[in-house]
Amino acid sequence: MTRFDLRTLAFLAAPALAVSLSPVAADELWVTNEKDDTISVIDIETMEVTRTIDTGERPRGITFSKDYSVVYICASDSDTVQVMDPATGKILHDLPSGEDPEQFVLHPDDRHLYIANEDDAITTVVDTQTRSVVAQIDVGIEPEGMAVSPDGKIVITTSETTNMAHWIDTEKQELFANTLVDSRPRHAEFVKDGTELWVSAEIGGTITVFDVATQAEKAKIEFEVQGVHPDRVQPVGFEMTNDDTHAFVALGPSNHVAVVNAQTYEVEDYILVGRRVWHMDFNADRSLVFTTNGVSGDVTVIDVARREAIKSIKVGRFPWGAAFRPTP
Amino acid sequence: MFRRIAARCFAAVIMGVTLPPVAVWADVAVSVTWLRHAEAPRPVLSNLDPIPQDRGRAGAELALRDNQTTGRFLGQTYELTVVEVAPDDDLLPAARAALAQSPYLVLDAPTASQLSIADLAEAQGAILFNASSGDTALRADSCRANLLHTMPSDAMKADALMQFARKKRWENLALIEGAAPQDAAWSQALRASAAKFGMSLKGEKQWLFDADMRRNAAQEVPLFTQDLPKHDLLLISDVANDFARYIAYNTWEPRPVAGSEGLMPVAWAPVVEQWGAAQLHSRFHDLAGRDMTPHDYAAWAAIRALGEAVTRTNAGDADTLRAFLLSDAFELAGFKGRPLSFRPWNGQLRQPIPLVTRAALVAQAPLEGYLHARTELDTLGLDQPESGCTRFEQE
Repeated sequence: MTRFDLRTLAFLAAPALAVSLSPVAADELWVTNEKDDTISVIDIETMEVTRTIDTGERPRGITFSKDYSVVYICASDSDTVQVMDPATGKILHDLPSGEDPEQFVLHPDDRHLYIANEDDAITTVVDTQTRSVVAQIDVGIEPEGMAVSPDGKIVITTSETTNMAHWIDTEKQELFANTLVDSRPRHAEFVKDGTELWVSAEIGGTITVFDVATQAEKAKIEFEVQGVHPDRVQPVGFEMTNDDTHAFVALGPSNHVAVVNAQTYEVEDYILVGRRVWHMDFNADRSLVFTTNGVSGDVTVIDVARREAIKSIKVGRFPWGAAFRPTP
Repeated sequence: MFRRIAARCFAAVIMGVTLPPVAVWADVAVSVTWLRHAEAPRPVLSNLDPIPQDRGRAGAELALRDNQTTGRFLGQTYELTVVEVAPDDDLLPAARAALAQSPYLVLDAPTASQLSIADLAEAQGAILFNASSGDTALRADSCRANLLHTMPSDAMKADALMQFARKKRWENLALIEGAAPQDAAWSQALRASAAKFGMSLKGEKQWLFDADMRRNAAQEVPLFTQDLPKHDLLLISDVANDFARYIAYNTWEPRPVAGSEGLMPVAWAPVVEQWGAAQLHSRFHDLAGRDMTPHDYAAWAAIRALGEAVTRTNAGDADTLRAFLLSDAFELAGFKGRPLSFRPWNGQLRQPIPLVTRAALVAQAPLEGYLHARTELDTLGLDQPESGCTRFEQE
């Protein structure tokens, strides 16, 4: 089905839906399609795409404001962060982002975006209220992964070619530490109330766990998928389950998601998903996780308790980012 | 498994040093020389693809910048010296002078020049990188323990092409070979690879025309290819692309062409976009204002490999770096979807080989289904038992 068809259908169906179905609007999962310049909106109840929304060029990172009133989208090739009204899909305005914004993180103050500028080796800090650049911080080559500590004091940028996690003091907007990880770090998350930092390394094939207080390496998580050469097991995006007991880790071209015990750092399961799995997000109670599969152009729905893929949903070309939106 | 354990040991060493928040490493300064011994370019019929003046050198400069950025956070500094020697000028004094400055040389030079540098007394214990020659002999009998190769060998490229032809079941091949010595070498690699993969080379012809094919390919090429035996794929060995570009669509039988035109196995090409490659192209464009060639990629990979070894070992001496480069712990993120590493038996950088047309990536070898006990990357080029290189064992 083409994009045009979907939108036409949505348009035709809208008046009827407004009358009969509006009370049962459902939670949604928003997916950016890097090679279609669109967002696919998945209804979590029906697990179907209900809307396809145009964006700027090459949308990748996506995140909602704390109250879900706006959604921020990294339109990498348009060199901007777009601010969209999620109810209407209309672009409200653009934010200055620096060149080639790939991924970003919203500070707990709900106001400052920390943006990785992949082509410029810079992290740009943008005030979403004044719509101005507050700071630019030199980091390593090809910054990508972004994370913020729960107290907002530390922001992390990982650089893919420099192979480091750069630790930014958000009060001074400057680096206070740089720690090496394995080759091509892609994604970072603070876990366990911000006491640990996890960084995935795509080519290194590992996740490095740091103790945040000392920035010292605490553990290294390794992956081994039966029948897949280690070179192709490439951890990229990951997310934590309730209470940070387990991590679901996308393993790129191995087409699997690993389930990691966050206490023992052991991998407990591997789940087959679509091709070149990138990123993911959960539903409201974290009973389901939705993974974006870049090459197969679909989203795999995983039942978290059963650790099984239960459905795949066709979205646009090269789905990349994923973000949950509760029922308005 | 050993590889992972080794990697962890190095990480632990590094961690010990980074414990204070800001990295306080022992300062390491690494100086590299990019040395070109220019060959007089062969005259070709078409001017469509000029060889950039800074071919190779721009790749070295980009890698230097990449290394410097990482080094900035670790107290490690890098320098690049560029030395260009004209075809008729004496190479060895320049090489000696460079080796007196630094044991790290990236060579853009013909095989004979590379060997004469590698055999200098001053080069023993140095690390030289061959970033230009695909000569398979340099990875075999003529190998040198101080000479690593970031340019893929002709054998690797030929194997990539044969894997593809085999997979397509294009098992009957014909070959047109140019008159230059490089063409003979590339044909030889294609023949050897065809035999390795059980393909059948049905016929060969030498291209000896001196007419201007820009005007009469449509008259000459059908006649020239008419008496080739029945084949599925027509191979063209014309390294300088003097005539290869005029063959496609002018053949007697409608057959795809491959080798020096059509489907080409290459170290690198602008059409390689996946695996973050678009970012490397983009950084290269910003620096050089042109596309990144295989020579640029090989020079980039050499200096990045050195930088990666410095980063991981926090050392600048050739013995430590050489041991690390050839160890299982070394891996380079080379924008080809897999970690790159050096074959310890002949110093060749293992790497996937893109199979490209001028407009798109067609496939990337090793292709699925070609298996190897160690790594599928070793289905390309000289494997340990067949390499005949013994100088690395003696080290």
